[in-house]
Amino acid sequence: MVIQNNARKKGWRGNESRLGWLFASPALILLFVFVIVPFILAFIFSFTNQRLVPGPNPTEFVGLRNFTRLVADKRFTRALLNNFTFVGVVVPVQTVLALLLAVLINQKLKFVNFFRTVYFSPVAITMVVVSVVWAFLYEASANGTINQFVNFISFGLIGPQDWLGNRSLAFGAIMLLSIWQGVGFQMVIFLAGLQEIPYSLYEAAQIDGANIRQQFFNVTLPMLRNTTLFVVISTTILAFQLYAQVEVLTRGGPQNSTQTMVFYTKVMGFEQGRIGYASAITVIFFLIVLIISLVQRYVLSESEA
Amino acid sequence: MAHVAMQGNSEVKQKTGSLSMQKRVGTVLGYIALVLLGFFFLFPTIAMIVLSLQADETSITQDMGTIWMFIPRAISFQNYTDVFERVDFPLAFGNSVLIVGSTIVIGLFVNSLIAYSLSRLKWSGRDLMLGVVVALMIIPFEAIAVPLLRVVNVFGWLNSYHVQIIPFIADAFSIFLFYQFFIGIPVELEEAALVDGASRFRIYWQIIVPLSLPVFSTVAILQFIFKWGMLLWPLMVTRGPEFMPLPLAMNTLYGQAPFLWGDRFAFAALMTLPTLAIFLIFQRWFVQSVASSGVKG
Repeated sequence: MVIQNNARKKGWRGNESRLGWLFASPALILLFVFVIVPFILAFIFSFTNQRLVPGPNPTEFVGLRNFTRLVADKRFTRALLNNFTFVGVVVPVQTVLALLLAVLINQKLKFVNFFRTVYFSPVAITMVVVSVVWAFLYEASANGTINQFVNFISFGLIGPQDWLGNRSLAFGAIMLLSIWQGVGFQMVIFLAGLQEIPYSLYEAAQIDGANIRQQFFNVTLPMLRNTTLFVVISTTILAFQLYAQVEVLTRGGPQNSTQTMVFYTKVMGFEQGRIGYASAITVIFFLIVLIISLVQRYVLSESEA
Repeated sequence: MAHVAMQGNSEVKQKTGSLSMQKRVGTVLGYIALVLLGFFFLFPTIAMIVLSLQADETSITQDMGTIWMFIPRAISFQNYTDVFERVDFPLAFGNSVLIVGSTIVIGLFVNSLIAYSLSRLKWSGRDLMLGVVVALMIIPFEAIAVPLLRVVNVFGWLNSYHVQIIPFIADAFSIFLFYQFFIGIPVELEEAALVDGASRFRIYWQIIVPLSLPVFSTVAILQFIFKWGMLLWPLMVTRGPEFMPLPLAMNTLYGQAPFLWGDRFAFAALMTLPTLAIFLIFQRWFVQSVASSGVKG
């Protein structure tokens, strides 16, 4: 009886193991073919002169040549610099703005739900559409919406600018519309964090005589630490994925002033078919994202300890 | 005594009076901020819709930066008929719906099935596979786009629907969201069914799926936000309009001068209104989905 039971149990176990693999296999096969294989290929290609469509010259191992060329490639270094500039400007501005919006929306005021919807609505509009509409707002003529606005608030001191055609302004213009489109997403994440702070903490602070400013800095901010970290890290990673705005508005120009890593990968790998070289950019791109993710995990585990 | 008490009382009154005054000023400032910010986030969208109703190209360029960006002067659907006549808008729209729709629907099934297996079934290699899925979450699509292009090229998949669907069905982040939800469901519910001899697939389909509708909607909505706007991949794998989704069609048709703003805005509005409508109808779920994407921290 006992033996029989064991046998049945064992058979059932074996069955479960097979079933486990069976249920997992569609996703595992797809992940393997379309994520893991390309990922490994990126590393292999980055040491070769692989072409998209193999030409007359055979594909061969070229050592670190792609990487040494990248270091000297002005378009690549410009792309790298731009991505870091985007992180340096957009991440702090967007995070602070998202937090302020969340605090504002979290007030007990009428119509806040309506305004929450309004602030979040750009997220529901795709980047290509956002870019086209902003291309209109950035019109270079004196009639242009933003030109008229800037002229108005500067009391006529600042004349019309070619926002997307001037190499010292174009990347700033792209950063502005990126913030406009993305801040609602982060706002909602902050809002969820705010609503998890127990009200009793504010009551305790009020009894201790803390004013609103003190409550914000001594209760709200510390309680939002993990949320803020998440927002900062995810915005940073998104900053390195910057692409659609550049494709639609400037195609990396003028004079590479809006070049980004992903856009340059596309130019090299797809337009010029130089997969080996593009893969080297991809590898650097991945290593940056990896470092950011590791920092995130380290800081989060620190905060839990 | 009485005098002192009264004095105290009036002091308190004064204090609460100035407090409520402060509060009222705060409220007014709060509303001013809400409205100004509301305008900032709304005006490009409003301008897009209003100007798409302007048939006359020159009056559009004259109206930019004036109040007529926001108030339609003469409503005409000329731009919209242009979009349907000069461009095959229904084709691009249908392509987008087909591509994004099937990616999401098949993805919901495939990703939740592996998550169920990872969270409930005991199999050798399970913990390793869970580790692999978690590790894959940090690889952004952009980092593998170029070698993936080589892979689909070898398969001979270029210029098709499936090249835009199959590589995106399995998604590590979706699997992780499902997994997190499933491990929170009490096992007792399934044990009774197991004793009754129900198969594992039936348990997944008839017990787990109905209990997990919140996470299914979260994954669907997040995937929709990310996939509907995809530009890089369609740009690399499609040639000509046959398999083009909306964002690429928009960029290809209206990316070069001369800029016909009316037509561009009509196309943009047509492309945006369905998603905006879906967003308004399901906005509570949208907001919850985005919020829950941040909880993993």
